Amino acid sequence: MDDLYREVIIEHYKNPGYRGKLDPHNISFADNNPLCGDHIQIDLRVSAEGIVTDARFDGHGCAISQASADLLLETVIGKSLDEIKLLNKNDVLEILGIDLGPVRLKCALLSLKVLKAGVYGLGEANDDLVE
Amino acid sequence: MKFDVVEIRKDFPILERETQSGARVIYLDSTATSQKPTSVIEAMNQYYRRSNANIHRGVHTLAEEATALYEGAREKIAKFINASAAREIIYTRNTTESINLAAYAWARANLKPGDLVILTEMEHHSNLVPWQILQAEKNIELDFIPVTEDGTLDLDAYKALLGRSPKLVAFTHMSNVLGTINPAQEMIRLAHEAGALALVDGAQSVPHLKVDVQALDADFYAFSAHKMCGPTGIGVLYGKAAVLEAMPPFLGGGDMIKEVKLRSFRANTLPHKFEAGTPAIAEAIGFGAAVDYLSQIGMEAIAAHEHEITSYALERLEEIPGVKLFGPSADKKGGVAAFILDGIHPHDVAQILDRDGIAVRAGHHCAQPLHEKFGIPATSRASFYLYSTKEEVDLLVNGIYKVKALFN
Repeated sequence: MDDLYREVIIEHYKNPGYRGKLDPHNISFADNNPLCGDHIQIDLRVSAEGIVTDARFDGHGCAISQASADLLLETVIGKSLDEIKLLNKNDVLEILGIDLGPVRLKCALLSLKVLKAGVYGLGEANDDLVE
Repeated sequence: MKFDVVEIRKDFPILERETQSGARVIYLDSTATSQKPTSVIEAMNQYYRRSNANIHRGVHTLAEEATALYEGAREKIAKFINASAAREIIYTRNTTESINLAAYAWARANLKPGDLVILTEMEHHSNLVPWQILQAEKNIELDFIPVTEDGTLDLDAYKALLGRSPKLVAFTHMSNVLGTINPAQEMIRLAHEAGALALVDGAQSVPHLKVDVQALDADFYAFSAHKMCGPTGIGVLYGKAAVLEAMPPFLGGGDMIKEVKLRSFRANTLPHKFEAGTPAIAEAIGFGAAVDYLSQIGMEAIAAHEHEITSYALERLEEIPGVKLFGPSADKKGGVAAFILDGIHPHDVAQILDRDGIAVRAGHHCAQPLHEKFGIPATSRASFYLYSTKEEVDLLVNGIYKVKALFN
């Protein structure tokens, strides 16, 4: 429980490396977590070979949601879109290095949900994307 | 009887428990739902152990006992809010269903396209969405009394809106976020002068203030048991008998009928006309026990205690650098303190406080438009009830300092 606010999370919340917007971008998607009002938009720049060359997130929300977006994008750059499609809940938890209850899990997974909905080109994000 | 919070706390077994971290629970979330005293838990327990049967029509002992308990609770609730008769008390599931009942049965039958319903910017979603649904269906108009910077309603703007001949004014008696106690009596009087009916969302007021529906002259008054020491799953729509009589039924089914043929039915008399199907019997009985419990302590004494705790809480919270409070000063509000902490999301605040057993709520508290008005996505909210203490407020304040330390 005390791990929840480990230094790395507070650090990425306060000083994110990938906050902002990307212009031009190839993929952009945004969604909310209605429970807390967290909002995340993710922009991706993708090469002709389908490799993510740059990524940014924007939005607002709790430390968990924002830090997880930042940490996620850090690992996503250099990956192919097909690799991103394979990411799931466990990958995010591994990146965060914490254990989360069901409510906060939604905060942590919002960025992955947004990322995958964008990569799949969906009209609307859904929870199955992160299972 | 002297109000003694130490004695009162002994009535609530849950206040003895510890949370996962081993800390004693500091329950500051009564606005979401209150805790339940032993007398309420026991009343429901006893009903299931001794008297359980379906109500009405049964002639056997258990059915008669169950019916008497269920209807006896209705009498108690009627007396508690000074309704002129028990048949004006319609059992529902909760405040939300009560408002929906008024929207579906009264408004659907009585409003025409273009008719105006006045709401306010501080409403809970339960007093917004039913009207939005009706707007889509009946093409009625909605307009809103604005909330001022200090968290009260702009009554001049209200008077101006009344010039447009609304058919209904529906507003909260007490805001679940700001704590603002609205001048319900005056607002209802003005609504009536303009030829409108008035519906009051009393979810937060009935648990905390002495409410007299006849003095208020409300046409509809909605509230829930679970916020006033009673169980979940039961609420009330009070309506003036004449208004309820003239309304078509809400849900159709058993109990709400006098006579049914294959192609027609005749509706039952009040209050049964609006209570289709087997209701929440144990919960109604628990509601009656909750009303007994609050009456025995006295609503004036409860309100005075909450005022003392709230004043103290606002004073202590204001001292913390980076805390911004929402809502009016203590003399204009009930036991709610909604706040934001500079640079720290309310969800993080609530989660870190939970380590010390402190239960506060974080989010938009089902009042998203109000939060948008103040330009914030969410707040943390501490709320107080008859069992809250100044020591708990102190623990909250210490907890907030810990949150700050973690983030800075």
